Amino acid sequence: MYAAAIIIFFALILVPPIAGIFIKWNDIQFIFAQPALVSRALGAIQNSFIIALIVAALDLLAGVPMAWLIARGKSRWLSAIDTLADIPFIIPTTALGYSLLLFWSGSGGVSALFGSSLITPGWLLVMLLHFTFSFPVVVRVMVGALLDYKMEYERASRTLGAAPFTAVRTVTLSVLRPAMISGYVLAFSRSISETGATIIVAGAFENGSVFIQNMKNTYAVTDPALYNGAIVFASFILIAVSIGIFITIRLLGPKLKLPLKRVRPLAERKLSYKKAERSRNTVILIVFFALILLPSLFVALTAFEAIPTPTFTDAITGKGIWGGFWQSLLLSYGLGAIVTLVNIIIGLPTAIIIARKRAGKFMSAIFDLLVNIPLVVPSIALGVSLGIFWKSSFALPDFALLVLAHLAITYPYFVRSISSALERISPDMEEAARTLGAKPLGVFRTIVFPLTKYSMLSGAIMVFTRSVSETGATLAVTSKLQTAPVLLVNWIKHVVPNVTSQDIALASGFLVLFSFIILLVLRLVVGREEKY
Amino acid sequence: MPEVRVVNLTKKFGKIAAIDNVTLTIHDKEYFSLLGPSGCGKTTLLRLIAGLIQPDSGEIYIGDKLVNDVPPEDRDIGFVFQTFALFPHMTAWSNVTYGPKVKGYDMAEATTIGHEVLEMVKLHERLDAYPNELSGGMMQRVAVARALAAGAQLLLMDEALGQLDAKVRTEIRYEIRRMAKDLKLTGIHVTHDQSEAMAISDRIAVMRKGKILQVGTPQELYMKPESIFVAHFIGESNFLEGYVIAKTSEGNIIIELREGTKVEALNDGFIEGEQVVLSMRPETLIVEAGLQDGQNVLSGTVERITFEGSSVRYEIRLPNEEIVIAVKPTLSGELLKTGEKVKVFMPVEYTRVFAYPDTGLKEELSVA
Repeated sequence: MYAAAIIIFFALILVPPIAGIFIKWNDIQFIFAQPALVSRALGAIQNSFIIALIVAALDLLAGVPMAWLIARGKSRWLSAIDTLADIPFIIPTTALGYSLLLFWSGSGGVSALFGSSLITPGWLLVMLLHFTFSFPVVVRVMVGALLDYKMEYERASRTLGAAPFTAVRTVTLSVLRPAMISGYVLAFSRSISETGATIIVAGAFENGSVFIQNMKNTYAVTDPALYNGAIVFASFILIAVSIGIFITIRLLGPKLKLPLKRVRPLAERKLSYKKAERSRNTVILIVFFALILLPSLFVALTAFEAIPTPTFTDAITGKGIWGGFWQSLLLSYGLGAIVTLVNIIIGLPTAIIIARKRAGKFMSAIFDLLVNIPLVVPSIALGVSLGIFWKSSFALPDFALLVLAHLAITYPYFVRSISSALERISPDMEEAARTLGAKPLGVFRTIVFPLTKYSMLSGAIMVFTRSVSETGATLAVTSKLQTAPVLLVNWIKHVVPNVTSQDIALASGFLVLFSFIILLVLRLVVGREEKY
Repeated sequence: MPEVRVVNLTKKFGKIAAIDNVTLTIHDKEYFSLLGPSGCGKTTLLRLIAGLIQPDSGEIYIGDKLVNDVPPEDRDIGFVFQTFALFPHMTAWSNVTYGPKVKGYDMAEATTIGHEVLEMVKLHERLDAYPNELSGGMMQRVAVARALAAGAQLLLMDEALGQLDAKVRTEIRYEIRRMAKDLKLTGIHVTHDQSEAMAISDRIAVMRKGKILQVGTPQELYMKPESIFVAHFIGESNFLEGYVIAKTSEGNIIIELREGTKVEALNDGFIEGEQVVLSMRPETLIVEAGLQDGQNVLSGTVERITFEGSSVRYEIRLPNEEIVIAVKPTLSGELLKTGEKVKVFMPVEYTRVFAYPDTGLKEELSVA
């Protein structure tokens, strides 16, 4: 079973997204004929990485205090805030992007207060967008790490004479560094991968993903050779640099030490005062509500306005453009369900290999690193490469390509959440079950599964929402099939004629609503099951 | 300077009082133990003194200063944690010099202090090792050195030897006491191990269910336990139930045990008719096959023998089916055999009599 898992991992998940571009490697010459295009591509790719690196840092800056508040605070409102913090994560990013567009630059949003567009589409809005949707990832990771953290370390520091702020700075944050690194990597990879929403708010600004999509719109039909050259070139650099950055962070991160330089007891003592803590909490809550939550949900307002209008009846009855909307929604959720199911089947053995080091200590560590690669590769580049790989060797239908692309993107999420859950179960427990007479499968059924159920469910939720949200790879592998977020991008970019902004708002509203329902149902199920 | 005083201290967790109206004074430069079974509140009391948790009511004084509102970093304490809580991301050396650094001393000062305390705990090698690379004994030394380097006058230790092997433990416990004495520190040592507490303490407070039952030197607690629980928890005791039926002319009492056996014991203010518990230490009993009948001589049968090295422990069944335990030095003569009929003599001067507890003897003896 483990051998099969390893083979499937390489054949389906790891190789196609990387090897594909080398099949069309020769096409790269066509772009070199046009130096202007080369420098445009390089500029766009540079934007991708600059934004991802900065946004991930900002996420840490805002996410750590927020996680602190949730994990350590005593107010009874915190569990509500905890749930609210997940919202930007579950809303499909395209709907989120449109919401931000309405809020920051639409005539009905905050811009109305200033008389003109406060933030026009462009790099600033892209940054805001990326900050918004990657923020929950950091918060989630840090809350988990803080809850697992042994408070004894901090107490020891206090008894040795450190003020609370000093204790946190010199001990807690250092011990939590691995969690911060993984939060940073996740935020970085979310930012580098996002395509659909970025297209919506980018305006004339280009990052790597937008550049690839623009090439498709401009040259796919008129000059296929140049188009292939451009996307292979851009994808290659995106993939290579992402992997490079990822490996650098993984290798250097743990070695990065902040030496304990001289402490300034008086100044740090001041920062420890209740007053300082309260003002920090206030600032972080203002940032969260004004910069993240309100803009994320702003589209709901416009969607509500649409309810008494004919647009709403058209939508419900599936008239005109709305027929396509419901079809695409069905496709998105169907695809999400299939991908989740396949992930559970092929991801579980991999998670066990990593957590229990079934492939030897060294190989399991390598494997752990490799599994993360599809996570950090920009999804549109992954889609481009994977599409080339499968199309060049098999005549797969577009739907199969979609499943494979989404599988490759979501696989790391599932494997990571299960393997870390497995690592928390002591092997003693499994050995105890064996000594009591349980067969390996019985051990899994009676011990491992009940203890990791919650993580499996949350892994499945992540896979599902990630798949439903995904635009980059979808755009790259198929132009025939439209998932809901792709359809939304097309509506917003006026590819489909006669779409009103009310239509778009309502469609986004539906996506938000369904996401909420899914989140709520799952919270209820999980809430009832979580006993350990 | 650091005498520690707690007055009417109470700390509740939910409805359960972990510390129930406790008043206690620990003298300056004293090595003091808080002893009791797990859940008795000893660790809670230590954490209250350290300021890691806040009391619900009552006062804590360190020196002459009321410290209720003083945060732990300003109480000038050294705390050695049960799990050591060595910072996993710092080397042994960085752990030790952490205190001086966070107090704002410069590198040179911190280094001097670091070397001084490492000299004291006799740790010279492996200073560059991380905590997960050190043995239990070394981690212990680093933890103590770290607490001392912070300049503490008051050393608080929470089951600090619990994680060590038996041999290392006995070695280190004397070292810590010697160090505290050399440095003229006040030491408060939390433990559930009565032999550890007896071996190293100037005085011990025996705790149970959030209350202090008795405070005294190890000898006082052993020789003059004021309650059945203390007699039971410190060392070992035999307990026999009975009623006072008469007083003797010397002021002693006659107790009728179960099945009518009569024993003379020292009186502690009991009157005829009272239900009491008679206790005596195993090593005070004289057990021999050929002992003459007389006052306080009971006959019995050797039920079980446990060889403990320097001593032998006999479980002897009395005619009333109760079991008493007797301990004899191994070299004191020929060993008895299982099933052998023997006589047991209980010297009156070593008996202690307690009132029968309201909750029953079994509950009173439970250490849970």
